[in-house]
Amino acid sequence: MIEIQNLTKRYDGNTVVDDVSLTVETGQIAALVGTSGSGKTTLLRMINRLVEPSAGRVLIDGQDTAAIAPYLLRRRIGYAIQGHGLFPHRTVAQNIATVPRLLNWPEAEIRARVDELLAMFQLDPTQFRDRMPHELSGGQQQRVGVARALAARPELLLMDEPFGALDPVIRAKAQEDLRALQRRLGTTLVIVTHDMEEAVALGDRIAVMDKGRLLQYAPPAEILTRPATPFVQELIGTGERPFRLLSLSRVADLVQPGEAPGAPISAEASLRDALADCLWTGRDRLPVDGGGVVTLAALRERAAGADIGSAARASAGSPAR
Amino acid sequence: MIARLLLGLAVLFLLAFLISPDSFAGLFQPLTKNNAPAIYTQTSLLSLTLSHLGLVALAVAASTLVAVALGVLVTRPAGREFLPLARTVTSVGQTFPPVAVLALAVPMMGFGAGPTLVALFLYGLLPIFENTLTGLTNQRPEVTEAARAMGMTPRQRLWQVELPLAMPLILAGVRLSAVISLATATIGSTVAAKTLGEVIIAGLLSSNTAFVVQGGLVVGLLAILIYEGFQALEGRLSRRIGLAQG
Repeated sequence: MIEIQNLTKRYDGNTVVDDVSLTVETGQIAALVGTSGSGKTTLLRMINRLVEPSAGRVLIDGQDTAAIAPYLLRRRIGYAIQGHGLFPHRTVAQNIATVPRLLNWPEAEIRARVDELLAMFQLDPTQFRDRMPHELSGGQQQRVGVARALAARPELLLMDEPFGALDPVIRAKAQEDLRALQRRLGTTLVIVTHDMEEAVALGDRIAVMDKGRLLQYAPPAEILTRPATPFVQELIGTGERPFRLLSLSRVADLVQPGEAPGAPISAEASLRDALADCLWTGRDRLPVDGGGVVTLAALRERAAGADIGSAARASAGSPAR
Repeated sequence: MIARLLLGLAVLFLLAFLISPDSFAGLFQPLTKNNAPAIYTQTSLLSLTLSHLGLVALAVAASTLVAVALGVLVTRPAGREFLPLARTVTSVGQTFPPVAVLALAVPMMGFGAGPTLVALFLYGLLPIFENTLTGLTNQRPEVTEAARAMGMTPRQRLWQVELPLAMPLILAGVRLSAVISLATATIGSTVAAKTLGEVIIAGLLSSNTAFVVQGGLVVGLLAILIYEGFQALEGRLSRRIGLAQG
């Protein structure tokens, strides 16, 4: 659990982060959203003390981070950034092994861990171990960057626009993979993004920041249906709101008994996909794999923000430990 | 390909000439007058070349050590205020004529290799220092940030990330220093250092162009070979870290 308490950062009288408090539960994903200059990145960097706070404190599992030497603190916290920041003079394996090596793991254990991570990120170890970063594609570099951040099994992972440099198709896949991985490992994750869509896709809770202040910190459904300020509402984009709401839930959440003709939809698909399917094929009900139907009427109701199971997201969010 | 072939020929020619200079007497004969000797035989060319190279190597090694250390020092937070001072010192080292350094050093150190070493050392500082500075300060910010965020100590960042990434540029500085020193070392023979300058000076004193040309030729070929050698090394390092194509 990370507790951020009254955290403030001032540069020459300029307040970049202004008295922000928030708590991220163990195994949850908090997405920090805001425009550039909102202070979200500075807030993130104060967690591993890349930036020293002017006031306030950060507790990790109750321990004040100010009491730990910065370099020791950082070895416990994974960190992945946009443009990955891989060491260009080191091979993929050496890059991933960075923190384990700093922690003096035995050589055999490091090698096993590197191969395990490469496999986890769908990079064949024999093929990729000895490559140099510049020989990889953007998506591969990004995955190695995340693998490096996870190498020493940190309980907390910080990410700053990790998918910012990826094209939209790869980005969607990378988000999905990250979400699955995070559920599996139970890692607490704080991710900075300027993209509300990404925040909704990943966050158990979304923190909206503007001009250094925290405007709202709530589950995505609540942010979408009850934005705290006009700025939050603007950031959501009212045109996108119903679709984002639908993208939060699975078909399985809305399935009702019945039968319908035509091609079935997976119970794991998002409601947004179901709506698209209805509109595109001109049907008002879709059969669901494994029985039951999902109806256009129910989708419309849900898209309008009715009966948003505030628990739906939270329960889906409990980590498989 | 052709360049590589020419370099190979240059190496062969140089080796053959140094091992058996007399075989090339016919080549230099046209440059002599009044039946003067075509090949310098006072001291063996090979031993002059080796001591010339040794002198340059020693001086460049010392410049490298000091210039890189200075470059590292002034890019640390604690040493930043020394940057203008270090710049001044190395610039003066470069602009102060080596001949003047020799003249000033001889009364203190006597004749021989000492004054030449000092002159070459001072002369070689600037290119290495400036390149080290550029190499250490112009690094991709996300890479240095990552090094910090991974939990490397400042010392680990320097040795494991900053210096390796600056290495191609540092080597380019060493290359410049080496080539400059190689040419400049010849004047060391005016104060009795054993260098190829001895051949050139002997030629000048006895109006024997053949001596001047063979001394200059050997120094020139050495300079080209060392230049190319360093450049190949820099190229390999740069390609490894994805800085250059090819």
